[in-house]
Amino acid sequence: MPLTPADTDKEKSSCCCCGPKVRKTILSWNVLDYFGAILCRVSNRFRMRYRVDPGLYSLGSPTPEAQVFVTANYKLSFDHVRKGLGAIDAWILVLDTKGINVWCAAGKGTFGTEELVRRIGSEKVSVKVSHKTLIVPQLGAPGVAAHEVKKRTGFSVVYGPVRSKDLREFIANNNTVTPAMRTVTFTLTERMVLVPIEVLAIAKKSIIPLIATALIMGLQKQGILFHQMWVLTAPIILALCAAIVSGCILHPLLLPLMPVRSFALQGIILGLLVGVLLHLSGLISQSSIYAQAALYLLIASLSSYCAVNFTGSTPIANKSGVKKELKIAVPLYIAAAAITAILLIVYKISQERIL
Amino acid sequence: MCIQVCPRNVLAIKEKKALIINRDACLECGACAKNCAFNAITGDFGVGCAAAMISGLLRFGDPDKGTCDCEGSSGSTGCC
Repeated sequence: MPLTPADTDKEKSSCCCCGPKVRKTILSWNVLDYFGAILCRVSNRFRMRYRVDPGLYSLGSPTPEAQVFVTANYKLSFDHVRKGLGAIDAWILVLDTKGINVWCAAGKGTFGTEELVRRIGSEKVSVKVSHKTLIVPQLGAPGVAAHEVKKRTGFSVVYGPVRSKDLREFIANNNTVTPAMRTVTFTLTERMVLVPIEVLAIAKKSIIPLIATALIMGLQKQGILFHQMWVLTAPIILALCAAIVSGCILHPLLLPLMPVRSFALQGIILGLLVGVLLHLSGLISQSSIYAQAALYLLIASLSSYCAVNFTGSTPIANKSGVKKELKIAVPLYIAAAAITAILLIVYKISQERIL
Repeated sequence: MCIQVCPRNVLAIKEKKALIINRDACLECGACAKNCAFNAITGDFGVGCAAAMISGLLRFGDPDKGTCDCEGSSGSTGCC
């Protein structure tokens, strides 16, 4: 369900000579825009539906000489572009990327040459503007072949800065990017804003296995007893939380300090450190060797899984590297899950003095 | 153009030739190849997303066939 920007007024200017309607949008963010930007960081469901209609938008009062900036129809991307442009009158050409941001959509091909060429034609951009230049975000380059666009539409693609906050400086520099503007960064803030989505995703995946484990742990001859369930499951819940903290919070936080390049190994190292700290503090120390081994295995493997999952959110992991480490890591995760389950079952049986 | 579109400064021009000067920094995004009018750059380009690859490995035995958790409800094969 595409969302129309709250501050967007659809201007009915459609006619045979001018082409489809141009949507007007205002320069500043309103409360809903800020609220949406926060929700995108905590809800995957919301984020996937946070879209604007593809098409041509006018920002301020652009003349035919005003520049055209291309972006994706993920509303947060669109909002950052208009925020980055500030008080500059401009056109924003929004491509249909199925609500995905520029970088990921370019990787998948939806932010690409075909869609750009199609949108230039369908929005009659050459009628609306008097020049032949499009400013495309640099992170859209994996999907857009500038020479193809030029050949097929006559429009020259000028790659703009990586971050929309640099747009005004880019324009002031006569459409020139500095080396810093075209280099991706992954600062502490950029890493930490990704944490809530990562935590919620893994927490959601953990619910069913945790309920199943709790039921098994509470199983008695009389049925399922809550007290027994709590006593045996509490350390497992603590280990699960420790793994999530380690893999989803400490890992992004400490990423530049990691001594190894493999994300899977980084997760294991952090998981084991957290496990040892919890053990020494007595929080997960167990009298049973089976339970202790299961908890360590759970923390290390889940922390590693969380760390590996972070690759998709980073601008530093590459396809061949991730593929290479997954060939080893995925069989290990499956083995670790199976061994953890067996150890916990053996622990449960030993607690019931069956062994 | 390949120099300009690289977000990690992997390439540099020396003696009128584009050279790889920082292979380890390469994201394999393919921006350089896509924007080379002479088709001088080839490679196995793509997204380094483990969630998508794990899904592909578990469901199809092929890491290149998966989609990640970000797949949209509208059927789009989106990401992040």
